This record gives sequence, C-alpha cells and structure tokens, in this order.
Amino acid sequence: MSMETPLHRVQGLGASHSGVKHFWRQRMTAAALVPLSIWFAWAVLGLVGAGEAQVLGFIARSLNGPVAIPLNAILLGAFIVILLYHMVLGLQMVVDDYVHHNGGKIFLMLFIRAGTFAVGAVSLYALLTICRTV
Amino acid sequence: MAPRARPLSPHMTIYRWPVTMATSITHRLTGIALSMGTLLLAWWLIAAASGLEAYQTFSHVAASWPGQVVLFGFTWSLAFHLLNGIRHLAWDMGYGFDVPTANRTGWLVIVLSVLLAAGAFALAYAGRGGFNA
Repeated sequence: MSMETPLHRVQGLGASHSGVKHFWRQRMTAAALVPLSIWFAWAVLGLVGAGEAQVLGFIARSLNGPVAIPLNAILLGAFIVILLYHMVLGLQMVVDDYVHHNGGKIFLMLFIRAGTFAVGAVSLYALLTICRTV
Repeated sequence: MAPRARPLSPHMTIYRWPVTMATSITHRLTGIALSMGTLLLAWWLIAAASGLEAYQTFSHVAASWPGQVVLFGFTWSLAFHLLNGIRHLAWDMGYGFDVPTANRTGWLVIVLSVLLAAGAFALAYAGRGGFNA
C-alpha cells in the first residue's frame, strides 16, 4: 500500500497517468525533425543515381579538422533515432484512439516497440559498419 | 409502442469535408505511411553496408516503376507531414488557430506538399540530383 495521498499521486498527472510527457516529447521530437528531415531530403536528392561506392563515400565522409568527424553519418543516426521516437509516440496515439480492447492495446504497443527497436538497431548497425569499412 | 429510432450523429460520409478535417486525417495517414517508410530507410542502409550485390538489388527495385511510385508516395508523405507538422507546432504556440487562417494554411500545405514532392522528382529526372555523389 502506498503512503502517498491520492492527491499527491495524481497531481500534474491526470487521466493518462503520465501527465503531459507524451504531448511534450511529441512536440520536441517534431521540432528537432524539421531541420533534420530537410537535411535528409537534401542528402537523398543528392544521392539520386549514385552508385554504391558514392553512397558509402557520402555517409562516411569526414569533416576535415583536428578530429575527423563523420558528420553525415552522425546526422543520419540522429535523424533515425529521433524519427523512430516520434514514430512510436505517433503510433501510440493511433492505437489509443482506435483500439479499445486493453489486451489488444498492450499487444500492439509491444509489437510496435519491438519492431521499432529492430529497425533502429539494424539501421545504426549499418551506419557503424559503413563508417568502419569505408 | 416501438421505440423511435434514435437520431444518429453524422459521420465522415455525411459531412461536407472542411479542409481542416482533410488535413488532420491526412496528417495521421501520412504518419502511418512514413512509419512503413522507415523499413525502406533501414533496407537502404543495410544494403549499402552489405556490399555491391545487395546495393544493386536495392537500386534495381528503387528504379523500377512500382519502386518509383512508392518513393513518390514516400516523398509526398514526408513533405506533407513536415509542412503540416510545422502548422501544428504553430497552433501549439497559439498562432493561426482561427478558422479562416486554419483553412488558408490547410490549402497552402496541400499545394506546397505536392509542389515540393513533384519538384524533387522533376529535379531528379532532369539529372539535377546526385550532387552529393
């Protein structure tokens, strides 16, 4: 049994039990994705018709400086991670709106999160592999 | 006495769609489509990391006409979700929430998203893409 008073438990959290966390994270990831997706569109348009070697070269390209930073790979990685976070938040809204069976809701969310984790892990692994081999 | 049929609330097939309703539903649909699109993004990266043969398979599928249709859908979905997302962020900060402005920006987002997607494909087909290669 909790020693918290019901008032303390609910303060600032409301009916969702998580307060405005979901709303706020969805907005923050959206704001970050505005410049990142514009950069991604520019990057991909710039790789239309490119062969494998040129694509690898672009992804692993390092900025020259005291420390060589693979900026494109870093931006791609950031784009993918933030995009997937935003995606899970968005898909959760769809599930919350249309799936009314609690078990189905839990199953679908587990499925979505597992799938998202797989996509993210595979993509980041590919990025690392590219950076290490080029 | 038989109960009278209760009045039903009008639904999507009954309403005359205001543009704000269309953009709202399209925002959600493009979001779901883009979620599917992350699979393509993962495929592109894993193919690039897996060697020439795997990448050529990807390129071949991407260049085929069904591949181009899917990629155009992906491009337009991204353009729409990005532009309409900016509209949503503006609303969240309290700008443009009155009905005439929301209607105007709704049409603006629709027109601009088509122009952006078509423009990107026009550049690509005119050989103006590939500048990062």
